[in-house]
Amino acid sequence: MREFYGVALATPLMLGTAQYPAPSVLEAAFRQSQASVATVSLRREAGAGQAFWDIIRGLGVHVLPNTAGCHSAREAITTARMAREVFETNWIKLEVIGHADTLQPDPFGLLAATEALAADGFEVFPYTTEDQVLAGRLLDAGARVLMPWGAPIGSGLGLNNRYGLRTLRAAFPDVPMVIDAGLGLPSHAADAMELGFDAVLLNTAVAQAGDPVAMARAFAMAAQAGALAHAADPMEPREMAAPSTPVLGQAWL
Amino acid sequence: MRIEVNGATREVAGATVAEALRELGWDSVRVATALNGAFVPKGARDATAITAGDRLEVLAPMQGG
Repeated sequence: MREFYGVALATPLMLGTAQYPAPSVLEAAFRQSQASVATVSLRREAGAGQAFWDIIRGLGVHVLPNTAGCHSAREAITTARMAREVFETNWIKLEVIGHADTLQPDPFGLLAATEALAADGFEVFPYTTEDQVLAGRLLDAGARVLMPWGAPIGSGLGLNNRYGLRTLRAAFPDVPMVIDAGLGLPSHAADAMELGFDAVLLNTAVAQAGDPVAMARAFAMAAQAGALAHAADPMEPREMAAPSTPVLGQAWL
Repeated sequence: MRIEVNGATREVAGATVAEALRELGWDSVRVATALNGAFVPKGARDATAITAGDRLEVLAPMQGG
């Protein structure tokens, strides 16, 4: 697996911490997922933040703060600086949202914020589309990791544009990439890993499953299976059948 | 003086961000602060003056995806 800003992750799964039915379910789901990264956010202090932080520290995983809900580069930059102080990490999952319905990244705000934050010593994980030109610009601006979406956040649709993601993967073979958002099923995670992505990031698919703990385990197995499959160099698909049992030696009956 | 703290109007006597945080009971918890939309690092809270009508945001760790 490619390294994320010099960090080699033990597993290719990054898991969100929101929307679980109870903190104990969050903890159990994390254990079953074997996730190596937990995403977190900052919100107005209302008393629950400190206990939540204790739970996250207890998970023993890397922490990736996000700038969720930010609709401008200015907001995202300020949020990132606040997150760096609270979570004591240079990692930032940079979200600059461009549309309320699709939660699609605003490419222009994202690029501006990436440039400012990279110059300020942040290790930026930009949440982006599969757009290859934008990806190149983000790398030029100082990002060393890309997080293309699979589908809109929380939609569970899987890989909406496999062609775009495949060409993005091929265009930047050395860049660590995480498929972030839109995954609904373990097969989507396996799909992403089979395409050669380095990790998957998901939240709703686990947290909102009927049994989040079992679903966390299913995603762990799928992501691992996909990674193994990619490393094993899959066969090329073909249009016509090809017998797998030897033709030579077949009886004449 | 009256300032806005996390979107609600509050009466504070302190003249700096650090003093306001102490009054609000948030001086020993893990939070980050911004005044009128600009980040105020922990080390700058003592030296950052507040005036009536200012907007203070006090953010804490929270669940996120």
